[in-house]
Amino acid sequence: MTSGFAREAQLELYRKMLLIRKVDEMLGNASLACELPGPVHLYVGQEAVAVGVCTHLTERDWIASTHRGHGHFLAKGGDLSALVAEVFGREAGICKGRGGSMHVADFSKGIIGANGIVAGGIALATGAALAAQLEGKGRVAVAFFGDGAANQGVLMEALNVSALWKLPLVLVCENNGFSEFSPTASVTAGRIAERAAPFGVPYEIADGNDLESVWRVAGNAIARGRAGEGPILLEFETYRLRGHMEQERSFLSKAYRTNEELEAAKRNDPLVRFRNALLSGELAQPDELQAIESEVEREVATTKAAAKASAWPDPRDVGEYMFA
Amino acid sequence: MVKKRMVHAISAALAEEMERDPRVILFGEDVEASMFGDTAGLRDRFGPERVRNTPISEALISGMAVGAAAAGYRPVCHMMYGNFLYTGFDAIANQAAKLRYMTGGQITLPLVYLGVIGGGKSTAAQHSDAIYPALMNLGGLKVVVAATPGDAKGLLKAAIRDDNPVVFLQAAGRGGEHGEVPEGDYVLPLGKADVKRQGSDITIIAIGNMVRHALLAAQELAAEGVDAEVLDPRTLHPLDEEAIIRSVRRTGRAVVVDEAHSSCGAASHIAAIAGERLFDALKAPIRRVTVGDVAMPFSPPLEQALLPGKDDIVQAARSVLRHGARRPSVACSHEA
Repeated sequence: MTSGFAREAQLELYRKMLLIRKVDEMLGNASLACELPGPVHLYVGQEAVAVGVCTHLTERDWIASTHRGHGHFLAKGGDLSALVAEVFGREAGICKGRGGSMHVADFSKGIIGANGIVAGGIALATGAALAAQLEGKGRVAVAFFGDGAANQGVLMEALNVSALWKLPLVLVCENNGFSEFSPTASVTAGRIAERAAPFGVPYEIADGNDLESVWRVAGNAIARGRAGEGPILLEFETYRLRGHMEQERSFLSKAYRTNEELEAAKRNDPLVRFRNALLSGELAQPDELQAIESEVEREVATTKAAAKASAWPDPRDVGEYMFA
Repeated sequence: MVKKRMVHAISAALAEEMERDPRVILFGEDVEASMFGDTAGLRDRFGPERVRNTPISEALISGMAVGAAAAGYRPVCHMMYGNFLYTGFDAIANQAAKLRYMTGGQITLPLVYLGVIGGGKSTAAQHSDAIYPALMNLGGLKVVVAATPGDAKGLLKAAIRDDNPVVFLQAAGRGGEHGEVPEGDYVLPLGKADVKRQGSDITIIAIGNMVRHALLAAQELAAEGVDAEVLDPRTLHPLDEEAIIRSVRRTGRAVVVDEAHSSCGAASHIAAIAGERLFDALKAPIRRVTVGDVAMPFSPPLEQALLPGKDDIVQAARSVLRHGARRPSVACSHEA
């Protein structure tokens, strides 16, 4: 990235993207090794979107996320140990083991949370945007959702209401090429971003694997929201490098993509691209990046060990937290 | 005490709570024109920021209520008809009812969904369901059904002040009826049943619109020398089990009247609880009076045939009272 950030800040962005990558790779491996309860949906390959968008947000802003939500959680400032402990189902988890991977949330950091329902976060973010507008303090709400969620009618409802009411809502579609186990093109007509047009909502399409593009486009969108100029729909083109869920090979009856396609996509890996940009722009030396990489690897390994060593929730407390 | 229609009692509760707490906001379908009259005048009084007409977008507005509540407001979301909660059901069932639990108790969700339920107005099958059994089964929602204008005011005020998601349902058949409504800050506790008529021979547990029919049935039974108690749960979840148990233990007989369909209805749940806990105290099997597993018809004679009324309740009560009663001595085998 060449604009807007000092060298140290760029290294920090690299560290954040790398942390998201390494955490999810660790969780994927843990899932395959049957160390995790339940399914996990990994964010591998989409890190530039969460980091590029959330860099513009403070803890006072809201995000609603998806079932592929670990990256958004970390990018928005969620605690690493509490995330990993949650995915391992432990009491020390951010949701005390009640939610798991698909429901990681931290309201104190403006993270309304991951969501097990495809498009479930869109209406929640719209409600948070209404709250932000009523408060009038320049907060914004960001709804992250996938291309699959764009085919749920609630997106149209949200575009309509947020346009009518000029809500500070930033709709961020991460088009990662797949709706669960189906290629997006096989279930999606037209361009997702253009679905904003009939509502008079501005939209933009950008390379979601290029951190700088995401950062620039998201920055403008969020600034508009803060200024009271209403909603916007951003579509970031990215690619899901892992499956819809880990372990899917054990039950799917048919492959939905070829190995050639996957290998080609790996050459467009956002993390590799940013790393190369740092090196070619002489913003970092290889040994500096390697040092960050070893540090992150260690941090993730330590966090995993701590999570696994921590206590399970007490079964006697299973009824806690239903009602206030 | 002033007599008011139920819709005006609801309107008064909304206005008082909006006056009391600036974080209470109201949005939903046609809240300006106010089809039922329960939100009439509120936009003029509280302004277009706090009172908003929404499009017919139940999937969105039911979820917006959750998002706005999580972000610190106390939204009241008018879904118009109870049946329209089905079209907004994802956010109600998957978000509102579960978000606090799923996130380990990080937040409270002070929100209220409003809806009009039940038959009797020829609105046909898609506008007449008593939808509460589905809501009770979610576990994470408080479910309130008001039977009188006074209860409507006190329960709605409590619902708005509650820190949990509450579905407040008003019976379509009762909106226009007059009843006594206390003035001022009248708040009833959620989760508490109300004895609408005291009695010692049989307990008639009735919900919402059925309370009126149960009281008429009790009058008729009184003429036959039967002293019936009428108990209104008022909140269906969490249910005031102790009040039900207390009453049925005393009378030993129960009829449960429910405007929902028969299978897995509120009546089934109440009867199961009484059966589980009071087997030895029961003098007769519990009888349910429900709508049957039939979609609500449009034509008035069909609709009336399906809806439980006074006569159905009286008959059910008589059959419960007959159970185990000593037969007259002439009715013995010598007669043959």
